[in-house]
Amino acid sequence: MTALLFSLVIILGIVSIIQMLRVFDLSNSLKGTDEIQVNNQETNNIRWAFVVFFLGFFAFFIYLVSAFGDQLLPQSASLHGVEYDWLMDLNMIIIITAAGLTHILLMVFIFKYAKNVSPKATFVTHNNRIELIWTTTPAIVLTIIVIYGISAWNAMLMDKPEDSINIELYARQFDWTARYAGEDNQLGKANYRMISTTNALGVINSSTIDDRLNEYDDQISELEASREKVFQGGVSDDEILDKIILVKKNRAAVLQYEEQSKNENFDIANDDIITKVEFHIPVNKSVNFSIRSQDVLHSAFMPHFRAQMNAVPGVITNFYFTPIVTTKEMKKITGNPEFDYLLLCNKICGAAHYNMQMNIIVETEEEYNKWLSEQPKFNVAQAQ
Amino acid sequence: MAGHKETFITKYLFSYDHKMISRQFLLTGTAMAFVGMAMSLLFRLQLAFPGESFAVLNFFLGDKWAPDGVLDPNMYLALVTIHGTIMVFFLLTAGLSGTFANLLIPLQIGARDMASGMLNMLSYWFFFLSSVIMIASLYVESGPASAGWTIYPPLSALPQAMPGSGTGMTLWLVSMSLFVVSSLLGGLNYIVTVINLRTKGMNMLRLPLTIWALFVTAILGVLSFPVLFAAVLLLIFDRTFGTSFYLSDIYIAGEALDHTGGSPLLFQHLFWFLGHPEVYIIILPALGISSEVISTNSRKPIFGYRAMVGSILAIGFLSFIVWGHHMFITGMNPFVGAVFTFTTLLIAIPSAVKAFNYLSTLWKGSIRYTPAMMFSIGMVSTFITGGVTGIILADAALDVNLHDTYFVVAHFHIVMGLSAVMAMFAGVYHWFPKMWGRMLNKKLGFVHFWLTFITAYGVFFPQHFQGLAGVPRRYYANTEFPLFDGLSDISYMVTMFAMVGGLTQFIFLFNLVYSMFKGPKAPQNPWGSNTLEWTTPVEHVHGNWHGDLPVVHRWAYDYSKPSKDGNDYRIPGQDFVPQTVPLEEGEIDGEGH
Repeated sequence: MTALLFSLVIILGIVSIIQMLRVFDLSNSLKGTDEIQVNNQETNNIRWAFVVFFLGFFAFFIYLVSAFGDQLLPQSASLHGVEYDWLMDLNMIIIITAAGLTHILLMVFIFKYAKNVSPKATFVTHNNRIELIWTTTPAIVLTIIVIYGISAWNAMLMDKPEDSINIELYARQFDWTARYAGEDNQLGKANYRMISTTNALGVINSSTIDDRLNEYDDQISELEASREKVFQGGVSDDEILDKIILVKKNRAAVLQYEEQSKNENFDIANDDIITKVEFHIPVNKSVNFSIRSQDVLHSAFMPHFRAQMNAVPGVITNFYFTPIVTTKEMKKITGNPEFDYLLLCNKICGAAHYNMQMNIIVETEEEYNKWLSEQPKFNVAQAQ
Repeated sequence: MAGHKETFITKYLFSYDHKMISRQFLLTGTAMAFVGMAMSLLFRLQLAFPGESFAVLNFFLGDKWAPDGVLDPNMYLALVTIHGTIMVFFLLTAGLSGTFANLLIPLQIGARDMASGMLNMLSYWFFFLSSVIMIASLYVESGPASAGWTIYPPLSALPQAMPGSGTGMTLWLVSMSLFVVSSLLGGLNYIVTVINLRTKGMNMLRLPLTIWALFVTAILGVLSFPVLFAAVLLLIFDRTFGTSFYLSDIYIAGEALDHTGGSPLLFQHLFWFLGHPEVYIIILPALGISSEVISTNSRKPIFGYRAMVGSILAIGFLSFIVWGHHMFITGMNPFVGAVFTFTTLLIAIPSAVKAFNYLSTLWKGSIRYTPAMMFSIGMVSTFITGGVTGIILADAALDVNLHDTYFVVAHFHIVMGLSAVMAMFAGVYHWFPKMWGRMLNKKLGFVHFWLTFITAYGVFFPQHFQGLAGVPRRYYANTEFPLFDGLSDISYMVTMFAMVGGLTQFIFLFNLVYSMFKGPKAPQNPWGSNTLEWTTPVEHVHGNWHGDLPVVHRWAYDYSKPSKDGNDYRIPGQDFVPQTVPLEEGEIDGEGH
């Protein structure tokens, strides 16, 4: 492949150089204005070349559609996806018609009014009526596009059904984690200062608060000890001091949760369920995703469901949809036994951005409930 | 100024003369463009042949970033980032506006020079310094900035997040700050010059459309670049002084950072408040140049001059209230998304008017295919092709599945990249005789045009299909998802076209350098144009005109104007009427009514 590429490039390079030299031979033999102005023979060649180019361009478009058309917009699998695809088709028809017609006009005009066949131009400065027509026509078409577009957008993001299943998608460099709300359908609270090796999502409940306080205490005493050593050596280390201040701040924040836990029940997190690599959702039920990030921006992109929302550190964003085709059915529809719905990261997030993925399994409600009941609850998994 | 003693340094380096500064901008911009283009070819190799080894990668990037000739993912992101930065800012903002605003504003409005030659010189040298720093950032050990040309924090704010966010990002921020200074100095100067230094008779509605476009562009720049400066400054604070403008609740590299209360969305709002007007800062001069070239070479007035001016103003105004369409799915309130959908689609109306006016200028013309004209026709084609896909992306609902995919890459490369580059080539072919007093080789121009036009579409058109299939941009390889397996042919095709297209530009470079020294001497008015720049001596003089400044009596578009007594042309035997020719009694100027 590489060899082919290089040989092609080299051949084209040689062709260009030969062309260049030939042109200089030609141009050296010519004198005067002919070298500057375009003559009738050239004009004729160029107008034909434009026709060939534009026909070739249309042919290229048709080739691309026939070769890759079946892969465009992968088979939609969500309720709003059907409407999305309809809207896309409508818009595509409008823009392809508009671009096609204007290109045909362009092609005809540059062919018909080339200097060799149209030696004298007509003096026309403007025409109010025709300008009014081509201002109002796009305005009307765009009004239609705006009305359909905004109503689809509102349906997608602003009319969330009340009884959606709550699932959290948690992003970090470079993987995804899903957290289910459990029986109470309420996600437990979480905070980045609660994150530890055993609690990757920073979920808050009474036991994680205690664990975290202990860990911070350990860290502080460790840092103090290393500072002592530095002092004995006669040098003070500002970096360690900064670190101690940071850890103390973090500890103070966690301590506040302990205070709050007297009035607020953090143990709604106990029945949450955390999964990695893949997550399951039931067909024909609305699913509401709360999306969080640990470090930088990410974007939860699920192309089969026409769903995408950024993951922003410090903010919880939302997207909801209702899947309507199970993974099993989709394997049949696509004729691909390997098929899986995918969650991709679609906001640049670092070196392994291109491989930050999770599989999505859509199944019937019974299968889903069965699978969910087999997963360990958060407090159980923590205790292990 | 006349009789002023010139040394090499005052003539070629620290010149106050707008014509020299214009050449400096063109040459620096071209040099940067070749760097940006070379980078795109390097990362295109990886995209067509993921993970394969290329000696050329190792040659350019060394053992650290291309061990055994295989591109490092961090370096891939760095190449994408710097390619975008160079092309958007250094070529299409400074290179395009800097060259043609400096050349054309004084010459076409009949001024002896810019309002302030000193500021003008500083504008170029700040740009030059900024370019040097951007290039220098390529040689930093931890690599250049790699967070994408939009440098969204927290990725760009935290050196822990990627190597490119270390010293490389610092240099990027310094370089861009200087760039903003350059742009503001230039922009203020352009605005003041157009308002104050028009020659007698050159009222606003007699200005050529190039000047209108460059004038509105300068206003957009002066209003929006300071916002980028603010965004960059706050990012520097976050990175260096521990403030929390953009950062909140971050746990990275095993540590919970002490940033709370900031918002990454704030940066995006500030960035795109510049970023969207920025694309019009790029495209308006391109539209202005094309208007001029198409009208001159169709030997016909530009159709609907007032409508064209109105569209430029409308686009300029609307460009400030559409930035949110870059942020539909960033977590911004969905209601705001609906508002931005509406304002964004409004912009399609003046854009459509411009496209139709180009078409009707060609209609019943007598088209002369100079290379400049061919590039302008190419520009009309790419402006339409790229513009219509904007209608889809402006639709918040449809953007959900296309955001940050190759569909976006295809859209903005065609409508903003290609259109502006095409128009820039058109401008260089058209005004080269004015810049260097010599002619570019016509036939090399033809070869350059055809190969560029074909490969440009070949590179960017197929990317729409990748995008519709869901392929995200800025992916180091598309091999990790079985969903994209069927599309590898497109990546391959695009890279092939890109290689040929890249090579083609050396034809242009050769033509440019050769003709500068060896091209045939330019005649006084090679294209039979009406505008004032063709009344100046071919050899540059300080102050542009010997003797008095010309007086203007009519608009710039009296091509093929018939005379009142039924003769073919107003001036017998000549199908154009320069702006300096007085009106006859009863003769109607401009569009008239």
